[in-house]
Amino acid sequence: MINKLKSKDLLGTKDLSPEEILLILNTAESMKEISSRDIKKVPALRGKTIINLFYESSTRTRTSFEIAGKRLSADVVNISVSTSSVAKGETLRDTAKNLEAMNPDAVVIRHSSSGASEYIAKILRCPVINAGDGAHEHPTQALLDLFTIREKKKELKGLKVSIIGDIAHSRVARSNIYAMNKMGMDVTVSGPSTLIPVDIEKIGVKVVNDVVKAIEGADVIIMLRIQLERQEKGLFPSIREYSRLFGLNTEKLKNAKEDVIIMHPGPMNRGVEISADVADGQYSLILDQVTNGVAVRMAVLHLLTGGA
Amino acid sequence: MNTRVMNADEVNRAITRIAHEVLEKNKGAHDLVIVGIRTRGVFIADRLAAKIKEIEGEAIPVGIIDITLYRDDIKSSPSKHIVKKTEIPFSITDKKVILVDDVLYTGRSIRAAIDGLIDFGRPANIQLAVLIDRGHRELPIRADFVGKNIPTSHDESVKVMLKEEDGVDKVTVISDQ
Amino acid sequence: MIKNSKILIKNGRVIDPANKIDTVLDILIENGKIIEIGNLLSINKSEIQNPKSEIEIIDASGKIVVPGLIDMHVHLREPGYEYKETIKTGTEAALAGGFTSIACMPNTKPVNDNQSVTDFILDKTRKEGVVNVYPVGAISKGLKGEELSEIGELKSAGVVAITDDGKPVMNSELMRRGMEYASMFDIPVISHCEDLHLSEGGVMNEGFVSTELGLKGIPNAAEDVMTARDIALSELTGARLHIAHVSTRGAVNLIRDAKNRGVKVTCETAPHYFTLTEKMVDGYNTNAKMNPPLRSEDDLKAIREGLKNGTIDVIATDHAPHETSEKDVEFDKSPFGIVGLETSLPLTLKLVEDGIISLDEAIAKLTVNPARILNLNKGTLSVGADADIAIINLDKEWQIDVKKFKSKGENSPFHGLRVKGLVNTVIINGNTFNFEAH
Repeated sequence: MINKLKSKDLLGTKDLSPEEILLILNTAESMKEISSRDIKKVPALRGKTIINLFYESSTRTRTSFEIAGKRLSADVVNISVSTSSVAKGETLRDTAKNLEAMNPDAVVIRHSSSGASEYIAKILRCPVINAGDGAHEHPTQALLDLFTIREKKKELKGLKVSIIGDIAHSRVARSNIYAMNKMGMDVTVSGPSTLIPVDIEKIGVKVVNDVVKAIEGADVIIMLRIQLERQEKGLFPSIREYSRLFGLNTEKLKNAKEDVIIMHPGPMNRGVEISADVADGQYSLILDQVTNGVAVRMAVLHLLTGGA
Repeated sequence: MNTRVMNADEVNRAITRIAHEVLEKNKGAHDLVIVGIRTRGVFIADRLAAKIKEIEGEAIPVGIIDITLYRDDIKSSPSKHIVKKTEIPFSITDKKVILVDDVLYTGRSIRAAIDGLIDFGRPANIQLAVLIDRGHRELPIRADFVGKNIPTSHDESVKVMLKEEDGVDKVTVISDQ
Repeated sequence: MIKNSKILIKNGRVIDPANKIDTVLDILIENGKIIEIGNLLSINKSEIQNPKSEIEIIDASGKIVVPGLIDMHVHLREPGYEYKETIKTGTEAALAGGFTSIACMPNTKPVNDNQSVTDFILDKTRKEGVVNVYPVGAISKGLKGEELSEIGELKSAGVVAITDDGKPVMNSELMRRGMEYASMFDIPVISHCEDLHLSEGGVMNEGFVSTELGLKGIPNAAEDVMTARDIALSELTGARLHIAHVSTRGAVNLIRDAKNRGVKVTCETAPHYFTLTEKMVDGYNTNAKMNPPLRSEDDLKAIREGLKNGTIDVIATDHAPHETSEKDVEFDKSPFGIVGLETSLPLTLKLVEDGIISLDEAIAKLTVNPARILNLNKGTLSVGADADIAIINLDKEWQIDVKKFKSKGENSPFHGLRVKGLVNTVIINGNTFNFEAH
């Protein structure tokens, strides 16, 4: 069994091997126990500095990385777009160079441009963790989804997963598709045809526009957030119609398997892509995802910056 | 060159003796808990608990501690340690904790384990039981219970094999020459 | 640069597609004009052997001698963006690439939509330029697509065509009027075919690669729709239409069919569209970002077929230099465009080596074809023509190195590529430039 990740960075799940995914999930399992202690802190990353560089607002992911770093005793510094020099027009290269000069041990980056994390990883010597770049990848979200699924279903291989919503603009979808394919899972994507990107089948998924059909036989349903700007861009006619055709509710869920689990990367539009009773219902693992997110990010931070 | 220093019977007898010593020193099994250090300390801890139950008829809680996240030698270690789970599903506060490892060498693992234990509560005391003490301490740490003292040089290593992990109970000293 | 009143180019393989010549010949030049071409030239031996003679003799044996190359699609950036390129550096880059004439696009600052800007470009070329520069004027004032620019005045100032390159005229009515108006002056309208609604926000070709990279795609239809529209408008108005940088199979098909119907349409493609595909973008390579974007394997095939069957008349570079730091950013924030003047020739020769087109066809697409479209008295080696000549060593292998470019721009996806075919000597109006130091 391998004991470390081959790359200096975690930029996406596309580049991870199945063994690496398992290493992260197994390490996260050990990390999860720490969060259940009274004293939720271990000294593993004492003296290490982790910079959270967030060019997009994100409470959940940023907080999750911050807690993960702190539970490992790292010093975590948050830089967010409103307070940084980005507003003054500094380039990403200059920002990266300036951060480099402060000798961080890891940089966690969230950016609206696809490829921004790869770009900055080429400049920085320290590990870079992609916390979401444009519509490209969001690897820790996919890893925490896998962790949550495995916790519930024990075995990943052979599971049928349906990802429903705005696939075109979703980094969560892409990271999940890559990771799930590697773990031998069977992925279907569903949503309005205007939000299914071209040639997505070639990545290794089935496309089923009809949500009811996409739900049938699924072990796992992942609902994606629909952003209201998409309506303004003419990608769907109205929230009402979106919700009726593609939103998950108790009625549609009747077609699902009895032991189906439902996940959502958040933040949710209650009553739009997911009805409140489903979000809070017995099949929902949405809060488990949040809990597990900390463990997975602890695992990733430790694997990339601990030792060696 | 490898020298076998303990066979299965000797390992078994050493653990039995430690069980007796633990009970004698603590005047019985009351308030005792055992925590084994991953990996092989865990198996010795389980065996020790079984012996104590045999002798005293009382089952005492056994926990597992993984010290990877507490180590001070990660930077110098050639390969990374995989983080495994720590499982101490009971309170250690005001308990007498018997910390168990296979080999006591520099004392650094024990330091890490003690730091880890303290995060779980405030035990009445911590006592250390090891199968082998090979000397060369780098920290002010000593064992309360020792299966066997084996004088070694720095360039030798001590290999403890246990049925649960290695299929056989055996201790050998491996020298580099 | 050496200036001699007489130049004799001996023993070169002369390729002059306009005159259907491809054979070893000598060329005699006097006062910037070709005065004789043949095997036995009217120069007596003593004149050649006399060390005091004013004649310069160039031995071109083993090399090809062709009309100076013409690039009808160049962004010289001056006035306004001199940090990207100047008329001086841009024409030096052209010369190094074997070009003796280039047409420069109007998207400067200010836009070349009036006589003063055209005058400035021509004046600056006289002072600092090393090749012939033919300005292309704007269709609409400020490239805004709202009102026609003063095309008549531009024409008399010296523009050879009009275009809103980079910012297509979305208003079909205005495009129609622009074509009608331009046809009075017999200048072509060059169209950058892109439906801005279909391409909005797009940064690369729409396809599997854009889906994988999470980048907004530009569909082929964005180009095809406008190609179809402009062909229809050309049919309506009878104006001469030249489609710039064709990159899709659909556009090639539309143009082929239009030509078959007798529509006055010509077109060009650029070396990157017959050499690279969208895969080059992988790794968020901003030097593979241009507009139109690098397309699919199938489109590349169609472009090569179009070159072969004559649908595509011209190879132009769309030379678009940017400062290095402008390209060293997140992919979606990078400007479109790559430099091309110093890589066009070997990439075109690769097509010949791969058997896609003949050497004669390649040279025609780089010389006489663009000259005819722009009505330039250039691009041939006829007696009496301007002595614009390139001497090329077809077999010379070299490695493309952006650091050695004369252009200010280093934004090339071809950096590091090993290629064949190097410019040896360029003659413009009787001035000789040697590139043997290469």
